[in-house]
Amino acid sequence: MSLWEYANPVKFIRTTDRVLPWISWMAVICLAVGLIWGFFFTPDDFRQGSTVKIIYLHVPSALMAINAWLMMLVASLIWIVRRHHVSALAARAAAPVGVVMTLIALATGAIWGQPMWGTWWVWDPRLTSFLILFLFYLGYIALWEAIENDDTAADLTSILCLVGSVFALLSRYAVNFWNQGLHQGASLSLDKEENVADVFYFPLLVSIAGFVLLFVALVFLRTQTEIRARRARALMARERAA
Amino acid sequence: MIALLTRDLQLAVRAGGGFGLGLAFFLIVTVLVPFGVGPETGLLARIAPGMLWIGALLACLLSLDRILALDWEDGSLDLLATAPLPMEGIVSVKALAHWITTGLPLVLLAPVLGVLLSLPMQGYLWLVVSLALGTPALSVIGTFGAALTVGLKRGGLLLSLLVLPLYVPTLIFGAEVARRGAGGLAVETPLLMLAGISFGAIALLPFASAAVLRINLR
Repeated sequence: MSLWEYANPVKFIRTTDRVLPWISWMAVICLAVGLIWGFFFTPDDFRQGSTVKIIYLHVPSALMAINAWLMMLVASLIWIVRRHHVSALAARAAAPVGVVMTLIALATGAIWGQPMWGTWWVWDPRLTSFLILFLFYLGYIALWEAIENDDTAADLTSILCLVGSVFALLSRYAVNFWNQGLHQGASLSLDKEENVADVFYFPLLVSIAGFVLLFVALVFLRTQTEIRARRARALMARERAA
Repeated sequence: MIALLTRDLQLAVRAGGGFGLGLAFFLIVTVLVPFGVGPETGLLARIAPGMLWIGALLACLLSLDRILALDWEDGSLDLLATAPLPMEGIVSVKALAHWITTGLPLVLLAPVLGVLLSLPMQGYLWLVVSLALGTPALSVIGTFGAALTVGLKRGGLLLSLLVLPLYVPTLIFGAEVARRGAGGLAVETPLLMLAGISFGAIALLPFASAAVLRINLR
């Protein structure tokens, strides 16, 4: 029994089929609890008023936007090293989800920034690096779509993902150097004394859990779709050959 | 490797098209800037370093698909791949040839165009230094992008979409050096960062480009 058993597409589909409903329902429940708790049962911030509640969408989506790329990086590495097809397909499946998370983070950030900073957009390091991350996602997806041969596409996008990660990190620190920002520092971390106040903290945690589960569920579902689509293509090719 | 380099250089110069095109494009972009933002000298002087950097970057981008596409079409890339030269060497030479035919002329042309944008006197030295340090990185990164998209029918647009985000750190530090130089400020920190990115890219990216090219030639 090892993790690599799930590299077998049949085994992967069987297992994910079993856990997918659970994960999906947990995601729905966590999102509903976190968001409703956050929106309706937390007090307004004494300076920000009720706009503070956008945090329940902004922070989890930003978190998942970065972690989706990280997951794609790991999946790409696994594909390059061990050549498990499920891994390459999972990376492909995660990319559009990551784009949407990045867009949600950017859009909610703009909506939050308008009343708080008086502007929809500033060239702040965090905002800028998120925009760059968005461009990286677009390039990655476009490369997947452009190449017809599946294995070639998987190879090329994996290498693009590796190189892109290095350059995304470089850009992250380059923009830090380039401009000072309006965005606050991290206000959620495990090792710090001062986080956001508990009233906001707990619903935020639930909502983050909801986003993580939602991401996992979507990636599982999309990976299954990719596997089945590829199987259907193979069957059709065999039929035509026969 | 030297034979390959001279072959690429001769092709670039004699076959027409690519060699002068990048320079002309750089000139046109720079000439268009005052039309876009107005002829006011103070404003032009302020944005000159950044605009020159962006112009050089776009001119570089324009000529990227010529690095490998022609060799791909007539099959000489397959021959090169079977030659005793390692693939890493081939892509390095290709990037070097691209830099000599595109990057270097851009570096030399930039001060002339600086006059058009009324770049302040102390800015010329640092503009040239930053471009000389940064354009090799642009060539190497561009070769990686060209290797990624070499097999595609209409790779040009995709190439820009892939390469431009990779250009961000180089552009940030390069333009920062030129801007600080023009303003008479200290340039050491961004200059060292730019050099770091440039040399890091030259050292490591040929391996990625070679891997990608091998996959595409499979």
